[in-house]
Amino acid sequence: MSDIAFSRAEMLPQKAPPATSVGAVGWARENLFSNWFNSILTILSLIVIYYVLAAFIPWFASPTWNSGSLAECREIFAAASGEGGHGGACWGVIRERWVQLIFGFYPPDLYWRPIAAFVLLAVAIAPVLFSDKVPARLIWFTALYPFIFPWLLWGGTIWGPLAALGGFVLGFVVYRAVSAAMSELMGLVLGLVAALIWWLVLSGYAVGFLDGILPIGIEAVESRKFGGFMLSITIGVVAIACSLPLGIVLALGRQSNLPIVKYLCVGFIELIRGVPLITLLFVASVLLNLFLPPGTSFDIILRVLIMVTIFASAYMAEVIRGGLAALPTGQYEGADSLGLDYWQAQRLIIMPQALKISIPGIVGNFIGVFKDTTLVSIIGLLDPLGLSNAIRADSNWNGVVWELYGFIALLFFVFCFGMSRYSMYLERKLQTGHR
Amino acid sequence: MTTLTDPPKEQFRLSMLLYDSRYRSATIQVIAMLLFMLAAAWLINNTAQNLAALGKPINLSFLGQPASYDINQRLLEYTSTDTHLRAALMGLLNTLVVAVLGCITATVIGVFVGVMRLSNNWLIARLMTVYVETFRNVPVLLWIVLSMAIMIETLPAPKAFRGDNATASTVLNDSVAFTNRGVYVPEPLFSRGLGDIQLLGNSSLRFDVSLDLIAFLVVLFAGIWAARRVKHRADSVQEATGDRPTTWYIRLGLIVVPTAILLVILGFHLGYPALKGFNFQGGTHMRNSLIALWLALSLYTATFIAEIVRSGILAISKGQTEAAAALGLRSNRIMSLVVLPQALRVIIPPLISQYLNLTKNSSLAIAVGYMDITGTLGGITLNQTGRELECILLLMLIYLVISLSISGVMNWYNESVKLKER
Repeated sequence: MSDIAFSRAEMLPQKAPPATSVGAVGWARENLFSNWFNSILTILSLIVIYYVLAAFIPWFASPTWNSGSLAECREIFAAASGEGGHGGACWGVIRERWVQLIFGFYPPDLYWRPIAAFVLLAVAIAPVLFSDKVPARLIWFTALYPFIFPWLLWGGTIWGPLAALGGFVLGFVVYRAVSAAMSELMGLVLGLVAALIWWLVLSGYAVGFLDGILPIGIEAVESRKFGGFMLSITIGVVAIACSLPLGIVLALGRQSNLPIVKYLCVGFIELIRGVPLITLLFVASVLLNLFLPPGTSFDIILRVLIMVTIFASAYMAEVIRGGLAALPTGQYEGADSLGLDYWQAQRLIIMPQALKISIPGIVGNFIGVFKDTTLVSIIGLLDPLGLSNAIRADSNWNGVVWELYGFIALLFFVFCFGMSRYSMYLERKLQTGHR
Repeated sequence: MTTLTDPPKEQFRLSMLLYDSRYRSATIQVIAMLLFMLAAAWLINNTAQNLAALGKPINLSFLGQPASYDINQRLLEYTSTDTHLRAALMGLLNTLVVAVLGCITATVIGVFVGVMRLSNNWLIARLMTVYVETFRNVPVLLWIVLSMAIMIETLPAPKAFRGDNATASTVLNDSVAFTNRGVYVPEPLFSRGLGDIQLLGNSSLRFDVSLDLIAFLVVLFAGIWAARRVKHRADSVQEATGDRPTTWYIRLGLIVVPTAILLVILGFHLGYPALKGFNFQGGTHMRNSLIALWLALSLYTATFIAEIVRSGILAISKGQTEAAAALGLRSNRIMSLVVLPQALRVIIPPLISQYLNLTKNSSLAIAVGYMDITGTLGGITLNQTGRELECILLLMLIYLVISLSISGVMNWYNESVKLKER
């Protein structure tokens, strides 16, 4: 006998959670209206979003794709709404000028060349970016690409890029031959000397001679016809590709324990980082010819490329130095205790780790360099912003603001946002830490 | 039996310069130095030859010649008969003005956005993410020219403010006018002012110092100092007795009352902009180039600051907050005593380098015609005098000095907040 009146023998079935804490309502209560302050913020945000969309959507969806001038757009709005003035976007300017915004004044019958160059660029960087997804032998194409790229864009005889490539081949052959016969160091020095003699002295004659007997080439395009996004991407890609190795060398120099090398690197890096890019572009446009032997004058795009590369490499050096400094000393000591020499240690132990640590910074720098290519519009090159000034000065499109800048901003956004997403992917892929 | 003998004395051989690690570093450095000096000599020699061919030896005397161009936005008085040096000084001040204004607004916006991105409100966090990603993935130059274009195209002309059926109106109680020529804001005026003192006489670097401003600052800082004394006294009373005397009204009064009395004595009032003729008169005129540059630089830099603030706060481990809560601290004290002091150590160094970036980006003023140092010394002065080498080197030197001063401040700060470990 027990005096317990009731004892449950089986479990009750679970009740469903209250309707206010699951589903959309529960989510909204937790994430949008968790307290009075959040509720106010949510309502304010909704109002802001409503006003922005209410202004943007009708503006965006305006039927002006075929208009030929701003005045024509205004007529369309007036016909549609009965009252003139405001209305919507005037997309005619994009229809009429988008080709120019992308290719500048490049000859229209040669558009296939920049397109081919950029498609091949995608092929060439694939083995670098997605090394685990494409065949490894594609890297040979990547090595050849720096010679194909300028030839496709600027055109001219094929012997020029082949002669430049020949310098590398010659240097390598001399290096192999001499280092087998004498010492490795002599091989390095003589290989370099042979390549330099080829490039600076002999290649000019060789190109002239070969072009004389076998003129293979495509139509040359002058630099001043370059413009639009093609120019931005050209400057961006060259500066990005050249600044990474230069930056690594500068960073190693700055971390070196040879005082003269170190202070030369520190001085260079701080000098370049201390001045705005625009002053360096002024140097490119007016001073660089003063610094070179009298009578030398070379292409403005090449001068800009040199200065942008120098600028980017100083920033790159600082990012990589951060990665080097973040490595524990044990890594350096471990490399030493394995008997590796300096370059082996850098190549096999230090750099793979340091570069991995600095991926976010490196990609951030790439994005910065790509955005900074717009500055060339200030020294008169016709990048998208330079072209937009010209378009807005055209009497047909005087007064167009949002459509034009919106289009340019969208293209830049796609590239930069893509790069930052890629950096996140790369960080995840290389993640080996235990977090 | 073996005897220890000295190792054989090594003869110095030439190859040891390369293969002996005792000498190799010296060899490399000597070669590096030689190459550097050769390159420098080559560049200097080329430059000297080119300049001689052009007939333009390096000479800074052009800085003393009359500039004969006008600078429409300036802090000190300047006329077109002043020298190029004074024009450059106006430009430098304009650079500093936009840099300081930009840094302040960028910090305010950036901190707000950075904190809001961490909000547990889903909608606001997404909105802030959209803002950050939009602004930082588009070139700052585009934002600058876009703001300029918007100001010119969409704001009303001064004549729209005229008449009974004006299509535009001033805001904030008739004190601020947004026009397509710029923004007019009230200016502080003193009806019984103390006047100015003129420093450096008649030279190119002369400037006037307003005694009213000095008096105001002296009284203000004296008030702040006195208020700090009161706070220290309250602290010591609290340590001795455990009770904290209520002092906030004394401290507030010490700062506000003397300053207010001084302002009344000096006859402080605001000069409002008023429409006279074709334009607004009175008030401070901020040209739309300044506004566009300020706005674009602030909004652009704020996105980077927001990311810095966000990562700084995330870098503080949750254990710190929990430990502080376990000690019984309230949530605002946890923030001010535990989280912020540690987060600031992470936040401030990259923050200062963003200030540096903003200052360097202010050189893009030349795209909208704001007369900063690039627009004066590197723009019109260069074009008028044809002294490219001198102008651009001076310009780079000035920016270098600004940058090095800012990074000097950063190093000093890093040193002072470094974790002191045994």
